[in-house]
Amino acid sequence: MSKASTRYLLGPFNRVEGDLEVQLEVDRGRISKAWVNSPLFRGYEQILQGKDPRDALVYTPRICGICSVSQSVAAAGAIAAAQGLTPCHNGELATNLILATENLADHLTHFYLFFMPDFARDSYAAKSWFGEIQKRYKAQAGLAAREVLQARAAFLHLTGILAGKWPHSLAIQPGGSTRPLEAQECVRVQTIITAFRHFLQNTLFGTELEAVAELDSEQALMHFIGEKPLSDFAAFVRIADDLQLSSMGRASDAFMSYGAYSSGESHLFQAGVWQQQHRPLDLDLIREDVSHSWLNSNVEAKHPYQGSTIADSDDAIGYSWCKAPRLDGNVMEVGALARQVVDGHPLIRDLVQRRGGNVRNRVIARLLELALVLPAMEQWVSQIQPGGIFCRHAKLIDDGQGAGLVEAARGSLGHWLRIKNGKILNYQIIAPTTWNFSPRDKDDQPGALEQALPGTEIDSHRQDSVSVQHIIRSFDPCMVCTVH
Amino acid sequence: MSAFDLLWLQSGGCGGCSMSVLNAEAPDFYSYLKNHNINLLWHPSFSEACTDDFMSLLNNIESGSTKIDALCLEGSVMMGPNGTGRFHRLSGTNRPMFEVLRSLAGKARYTLGIGSCAAFGGITMSGPNPGEATGLQYDGKHDGGLLGADWKSPDDFPVINIAGCPTHPNWVIETLIQLAEGKLNADQLDSFNRPRSYTNHLVHHGCPRNEYYEYKASAQLPSEQGCLMEHMGCLGTQARADCNLRLWNGEGSCLRGGYACINCTAPEFEEPGHCFTETPKIAGIPIGLPIDMPKAWFVALASLAKAATPERLRVNAASDHIRISPGQHKKKDKKR
Repeated sequence: MSKASTRYLLGPFNRVEGDLEVQLEVDRGRISKAWVNSPLFRGYEQILQGKDPRDALVYTPRICGICSVSQSVAAAGAIAAAQGLTPCHNGELATNLILATENLADHLTHFYLFFMPDFARDSYAAKSWFGEIQKRYKAQAGLAAREVLQARAAFLHLTGILAGKWPHSLAIQPGGSTRPLEAQECVRVQTIITAFRHFLQNTLFGTELEAVAELDSEQALMHFIGEKPLSDFAAFVRIADDLQLSSMGRASDAFMSYGAYSSGESHLFQAGVWQQQHRPLDLDLIREDVSHSWLNSNVEAKHPYQGSTIADSDDAIGYSWCKAPRLDGNVMEVGALARQVVDGHPLIRDLVQRRGGNVRNRVIARLLELALVLPAMEQWVSQIQPGGIFCRHAKLIDDGQGAGLVEAARGSLGHWLRIKNGKILNYQIIAPTTWNFSPRDKDDQPGALEQALPGTEIDSHRQDSVSVQHIIRSFDPCMVCTVH
Repeated sequence: MSAFDLLWLQSGGCGGCSMSVLNAEAPDFYSYLKNHNINLLWHPSFSEACTDDFMSLLNNIESGSTKIDALCLEGSVMMGPNGTGRFHRLSGTNRPMFEVLRSLAGKARYTLGIGSCAAFGGITMSGPNPGEATGLQYDGKHDGGLLGADWKSPDDFPVINIAGCPTHPNWVIETLIQLAEGKLNADQLDSFNRPRSYTNHLVHHGCPRNEYYEYKASAQLPSEQGCLMEHMGCLGTQARADCNLRLWNGEGSCLRGGYACINCTAPEFEEPGHCFTETPKIAGIPIGLPIDMPKAWFVALASLAKAATPERLRVNAASDHIRISPGQHKKKDKKR
């Protein structure tokens, strides 16, 4: 630390899911270093040891109330992999629909309730757009929230039908779903999806979803915003332009996706890694480093099948309950932006090639997914065969192992399960924000957010400058998943 | 009338009760609050105030210069490791969260445990309870928790436990409105201090599988239509909640979703002592019988019912779709 620099401890950071604390070193008005801490530890991995593997379907969704279905899908996937079970087609379609409902509802909640209210802060009072923005997005009071909460609740009726309730459903099983659908119920599912399509088109995009999905470059995006200026999407892109959010919050520019929405062996959005170019993902190269965690750290970084999660609050080098997952030693950024750049969406590839991962691009990718996934949901419902089976069954196994991989709204989520004598021997979870908000590793390599913050200008009166808040929230962090 | 000021905090939980509250409909959650003059002073997911602004609000509440009517806690109270509370410090400070909660509970007219974690410890207490989680006024089924059995709020209420995993949006909203309007009495709480408005019912009430239950026509595998009590671990006949009357997300409930009720409004639901989705039995008879039902009656009725199960129910129970439609009473010939 140089003489001119000062350290600040900031928290609580709200409008993220769970508890977050950030420590900043500021040098002449700019962040020089950042340390991210998840200050809550519950110990799910210990809770799961010794349980019946099927009980993971009850416990793991309760790791997180906002990514609950993703946790279900990962747990069901891990058990299915251990059993050698493939879900039936209807079951897979139902699972995709439930997962997509959660993911899209999360994208919507993030944009309107967590992210946009920061532009309605008094710090922007001098901006020409402030009056309109404040009226629409002010936290708790803005007009948009009411419209959005209604549309969101109506959309989540899909989980009422397909999954009993949200959050914390037990409907998703290793072999499919507990909730067979009849023809008339498929019609009802379709009507709910259509109503949500209209909400997105009228309110968020101001045009057809397909027109958004077809955007293929930054130039096309800016042209589109000029043509269709009356929407929340356009409002954001204009603010992003004015505040130069595209030059804020750049991290490692290495992106990873496990692949989203299964269809047999393939995915709607392909798996892989993007680092200037696409390459396949090798899951065997994942290691969890605990050198800077308050966890038993006399151990080498381990693959999650071999990992353990034992609290050690006296660890002097530790500064977070979070582990530091790395892929072949590299820090990965995960989330909607990673998913879309890995999958190769032309707009996102262009945005990332120009300016990497940043505040603007992360938010655009999330909104783009609303336009991409809803039409896929319409297809999935039409492919369901009412009257067919929705769940396959298999014998429980005494010994074995399996991994369940899924893309939650905020990125790659993995469960690694080992079974011995019919009970859970080891269960390790790596959540999306564990990747994005990890602490440093043994080589002192900072995590993605820790790389995204340095260089940011800080208001001399307020260390929790609004730019810091934009950067943090652009990742849509879920801290309860991060440390579980 | 001055607003009913509400402070919402989270500790050792998943945030799912907040997400559930956002599922409120007709009207939406924010409109409910506004229409009933409830002022959400601060909520970790919805409010603007961050870091320093939150800290000054907290200081003002603790010093008494800002009044709060209700304190809602979501998530378990984290005491570990070794009673230090370091498993959950209030971000930006070195204070254990449990200390902040103890201090605030003395300031609010009412303290509410939102969800089974805050009420009883809940899921976070499972297994070896690695976090040393507990509830606000219960440690599982036992009196105690953070505040102790004899604790009363400044308005002479125990902690009001809106248990559930997650809780239902309307359980929370309707209780808050009753409190804001001064219409909730302590005798409207049950023996675990849950509002009787929803625990006067059993999950069994309104279960769409009731006919299967009556004839003991049971499902044996996930996705089958029959009653889930005999084999699939369902505790709906013992669980106190109105889930099948009030419904979730428009038209759902656990049973409607095809899976067992795990009695998530009850303390210690998180450790049933067996696999959640498998009914433990002795000599073929489920160990957990319906509430208020003598065992001999259950056994007698069950065997009678099984002997009388109509073909339609027997077939449909073990199938993932309705194979046989209900019959029709034959029309009597009428001469016109």
